[in-house]
Amino acid sequence: MPVEIDIEHVARLARLNLTDEERARLHDQLGVILEHAAKVGEVAAADVPPTASPIPRSNVFRDDSPEPSLPLDESLRHAPERQGDRFKVPRIAETGS
Amino acid sequence: MSDLCDLTGAELSAKLAAGETNAVQILESCQARVEAVDGEVGAFLTLTPQLARERAEELDVYLSTGAPQSAVAGIPVGLKDVLTTNGIRTTCGSRILEGYVPPYDSTAWSRLSGAGAVLVGKTNCDEFAMGSSNENSAFGPVRNPWDLERVPGGSSGGSAAAVAAGEVVWALGTDTGGSVRQPASLCGVVGLKPTYGRISRYGLIAFASSLDTVGTFTRSVRDSASLLSELAGWDPRDATSIDAEVPDYAAGLEGGVRGLRVGVIAEAFGEGVAPGVSASVRAAVDRLQALGAEVGEAHLPHAEYALSAYYLIAPSEASSNLARYDGVRYGYRAPGEHADSVEMMFATRGRGFGPEVKRRIMLGTYALSAGYYEAYYGQAQKVRTLIIRDYEAAFEGFDVLVSPTSPTTAFRIGEKADDPMAMYLNDIFTIPANLAGVPAISVPCGLDEAGLPVGVQLTAPVLDEQTLFRAAHALESDLGLELRPPILAEL
Repeated sequence: MPVEIDIEHVARLARLNLTDEERARLHDQLGVILEHAAKVGEVAAADVPPTASPIPRSNVFRDDSPEPSLPLDESLRHAPERQGDRFKVPRIAETGS
Repeated sequence: MSDLCDLTGAELSAKLAAGETNAVQILESCQARVEAVDGEVGAFLTLTPQLARERAEELDVYLSTGAPQSAVAGIPVGLKDVLTTNGIRTTCGSRILEGYVPPYDSTAWSRLSGAGAVLVGKTNCDEFAMGSSNENSAFGPVRNPWDLERVPGGSSGGSAAAVAAGEVVWALGTDTGGSVRQPASLCGVVGLKPTYGRISRYGLIAFASSLDTVGTFTRSVRDSASLLSELAGWDPRDATSIDAEVPDYAAGLEGGVRGLRVGVIAEAFGEGVAPGVSASVRAAVDRLQALGAEVGEAHLPHAEYALSAYYLIAPSEASSNLARYDGVRYGYRAPGEHADSVEMMFATRGRGFGPEVKRRIMLGTYALSAGYYEAYYGQAQKVRTLIIRDYEAAFEGFDVLVSPTSPTTAFRIGEKADDPMAMYLNDIFTIPANLAGVPAISVPCGLDEAGLPVGVQLTAPVLDEQTLFRAAHALESDLGLELRPPILAEL
């Protein structure tokens, strides 16, 4: 059985505008893909530890010494919109009440 | 007729050293080939003729002083367009990065560049390296030089096609689930995915960070070994890069396979494998046996769950990695007035990403979402452990494992475009090595009944690329295939 997904909810989490046609197609396609993917539930028992990285490394630190960083102008060069030394975006908060 | 661009890197290096040619002539040969075929093949997204010319001229002056010559000096290369190049646009095959010019070089490219490689251009690929046919590029498909109606494989399809057609001598790709090995197989070239962490990922624009691996396309195993020696090594800019000595991989190539324990993966010859593929791969195994290898049957009992695990893990990591494309700092921003920033992000991502990328972002977001995380992502990570254990058990009995690289040869453009599950099955034999981090190589082993190339995949334990190269070189030498795509006969 294809898996039933709330496409609207997932698209909201992913910050993705979808057309009606995309929503319908993704609903069907993801249902089938997840039905296949759910096979992972058949084998892995509780006593099997998860693997996040094939060759685990931990606590990889560099010396705590300052290094040059990207110059400001270089950082801002590709900004879709810029104002002075800042990235400009549409409003991010409700204006006061 | 053979042009300079049809020679291997080792042959060109020898000619350079002997003063029989120079870097400019080699470059011009590749550029003439690009001119002749790329209108049809479509391997490149960006060509860098002036930079290449300057680089080749500088190199000729440098080499004329008798300075030491590296194995990559003067070799024309292509770079998959997911590897950043300082000052040269890098698109990931996506509208969302159209026109993006990175301010830094990927470590892989900076190593090659520092050793004298000549960049011909940036190669086409599936958007953000997601795909197995190169049909997901926002800038159009790549066509297979063996048959222009067919796909070159993916996601590094442009790199594979460019090497097969002689547009470059070497190319870099990336392999997250088979994206180097599968197109190498479909285009009749050698494709290497080294051990995870062997080559730095710095400047490889991330798809799935625990799986992404820089890999190589060459027309010989020797070239593959030489190229890896230049690329491999620890990089302070990639915390997952491995701090282990880098051998001279080309040095041990001639060791042969006498006594080498070769395990044929039993599960990889079942349903869904084209008869022409099975036959060629089995014949290659027979050759290894004839050369003195001890051949037996190997098993990866959990491999049948690898595809399921991969299509949860890779999209999950992708949904997180691709959250950075928000229309704020670089890349595309949807035009028009937006009520607020969040609405701008919805619009930007909705218009900027193509269908396959959206599919994977949605899949990953779902697999990581509250209530589903344990059943999907959590379980997939456990399957990953089982697959690693399978390899460990198999490598107790064998030095190298053998399977087909891909279940089929090149398929027709459009044939699987509307069926994601059918497309995902292309990677069924390549995905397990990514999940386990082990090195694997695809080597051409023949042509099927339609005259299309077949690749055999060899897999070795973590960091044992030397054994991989030794076995692959023995097989390649014994088969002695002359692989020249039909498109080149018309030149």
